[in-house]
Amino acid sequence: MAALDEARLEAIRRDPDFVRLTTARSRFAWLMALSMMAIYFGFILLIAFDKDLLATRFGDGVMTLGIPIGLGVILSAFVLTGIYVARANSTYDALSERIKAKAGVQ
Amino acid sequence: MTSAMLCFRHGLAILVGAVLLCGLVSSQALAVGAIDGGVKQPVNTEAIVMFLAFVALTLGITKWAASRTKSTSDFYAAGGGITGFQNGLAIAGDYMSAASFLGVSALIYKSGFDGLIYSVGFLVGWPLVLCLIAERLRNLGKYTFADVVAFRLEQRPIRILSAAGTLTVVAVYLIAQMVGAGKLIELLFGLDYLYAVILVGVLMIVYVAFGGMVATTWVQIIKACLLLGGATFMALAVLMHFQFSPEAMFKAATEIHPGGQSIMGPGKLVSDPVSAVSLGLALMFGTAGLPHILMRFFTVKDAKAARKSVLFATGFIGYFYILTFIIGFGAITLLMNDPAYFTVAADGGFDKIEGLRGGNNMAAIHLSKAVGGSFFLGFISAVAFATILAVVAGLTLAGATAISHDLYANVFARGTTTESDEVRLSKISAVVIGLIAVLLGYVFEEQNVAFMVGLAFAVAASCNFPVLLMSMLWPGMTTRGAVIGGWLGLISAIAMMVLGPAVWVKTFGYMDAIFPYEHPALFSMTLAFLGVWLGSKFDQSARGNAERAAFAAQFVRSETGIGAEGSAAH
Repeated sequence: MAALDEARLEAIRRDPDFVRLTTARSRFAWLMALSMMAIYFGFILLIAFDKDLLATRFGDGVMTLGIPIGLGVILSAFVLTGIYVARANSTYDALSERIKAKAGVQ
Repeated sequence: MTSAMLCFRHGLAILVGAVLLCGLVSSQALAVGAIDGGVKQPVNTEAIVMFLAFVALTLGITKWAASRTKSTSDFYAAGGGITGFQNGLAIAGDYMSAASFLGVSALIYKSGFDGLIYSVGFLVGWPLVLCLIAERLRNLGKYTFADVVAFRLEQRPIRILSAAGTLTVVAVYLIAQMVGAGKLIELLFGLDYLYAVILVGVLMIVYVAFGGMVATTWVQIIKACLLLGGATFMALAVLMHFQFSPEAMFKAATEIHPGGQSIMGPGKLVSDPVSAVSLGLALMFGTAGLPHILMRFFTVKDAKAARKSVLFATGFIGYFYILTFIIGFGAITLLMNDPAYFTVAADGGFDKIEGLRGGNNMAAIHLSKAVGGSFFLGFISAVAFATILAVVAGLTLAGATAISHDLYANVFARGTTTESDEVRLSKISAVVIGLIAVLLGYVFEEQNVAFMVGLAFAVAASCNFPVLLMSMLWPGMTTRGAVIGGWLGLISAIAMMVLGPAVWVKTFGYMDAIFPYEHPALFSMTLAFLGVWLGSKFDQSARGNAERAAFAAQFVRSETGIGAEGSAAH
């Protein structure tokens, strides 16, 4: 499909659905991205400033807090991508389709 | 066109012959070694057979792919015909290099928990790629991330910058892989280092030059499946040994490892907070700036498929890092008490950490023998080699594309080329990059290249990532800002790395480093973003104003996909 002309471009930009899609998606995407950064840099700063905490044993074996926390960070990355994809599939795609239908593309 | 095709057919036949010959020579060399009985590594016929089977299969795929690769879209982006699931596997294949398989498990073998810091760092970039980059990249670009940055900015300076960023990342990453490959093959197959490097170079040239993105993608997918399968088996075997009790495994590890309980917590890898954060930044944001990874998003049909690719890729890669963690601890428990895996001194003693035969990086390879005998050792050896081959092929394709699509078509010829010219140049570039890689692999044989992957991530995080991210998200960015920030990030990352402990002290042998930190990303990324911001803010040129005004149209396309490449076909 060809590039949009000025008028149709303007129509899309003024479409309330477009405004809703872009602001909601941007906010949610940044929430996910910042959560990941917070989790990861929290982990890194813990390593830098409080090694002992991560080396603390729990239970009556050799297991330390660091192991489940580290594996938890790995798991959180997958969970966050899953949450974003689920939200995008259920909400953003529908909005996006509506915008395209109104603009006469598709 | 037909004569060109014919010529490639002939070329393919000759190269296949050369490769098979190499294979024969290698097995002969091994046979001779076995008769002499003087070589350390026993002949592993299984490894050679399985490796040859992999090569034969991938060459067959390359031949099939070559017959389907005609247009630039076929060559650079597999015609956009890869599904989200396949692309997720291919991305995982590109990302799970030998460095992460052998290197991370070796790090865990050596110091336990510290290895986890790298695993985690390599993974956490993916949610960012998903949320901030993947869909917009697919909507705006065609074959390379430079397409996206140059969308509303001036072609030439942006393409030159992006090509410089791409080629730097590709070159340092390639050197790391080539040297690793040479050493590994030398050890596993008894082949001379030089021949090993040539073999890798020839194969990767064949995949890329003849099969383009289609062949490269399928090589990645096959390799990813083999690697995930092999690693799963190893991890299960280790866990089974401990009746599926992680506690029992960790307990045994702390009893056997000289570090004792200290391997269960952070050790010396991260010493000061600045280095820790700097390394973290490079790993996290470098992922979002690796050209061979970014290029994969153009092989799927739309933004939705791009999104799906990241979900699968994150799942596979995360799973893989959990496996390497188990493999690393398994290697501690199952290898450290067995002198057979070590270089043993005359008095019978051996160094449990540094004495491993073939070096630390062989921990996972030795473990495969411990859990699955020589057949499984052969399988994992072949997989390790396949891993290296697939990763260098992906890198070569990214480099060749930067030369033909970004530099040649858009800088020198300024859009006056034909598709077949561009594809031909890309193939020639692949051959040249392959030859240079062999040369560099040979030159760097004795160098300490451990820092190279780190440098690749630092450059990707400091040059490619800031420019790409800002071009998509910040309406105020202009060409001037992008050029200033991008070059600042690129040059400062390299300079700080060279002047830092990893190169200045370890490679050049000076007493003190001029730049005190091991990892430059914290500083070079800051410089890059500052450069982009200030360079754009103070840009009052007419061109700058026009570029800012053009953001509106770019924004609509990046958010909705209207007008995106390949969308018309569906």
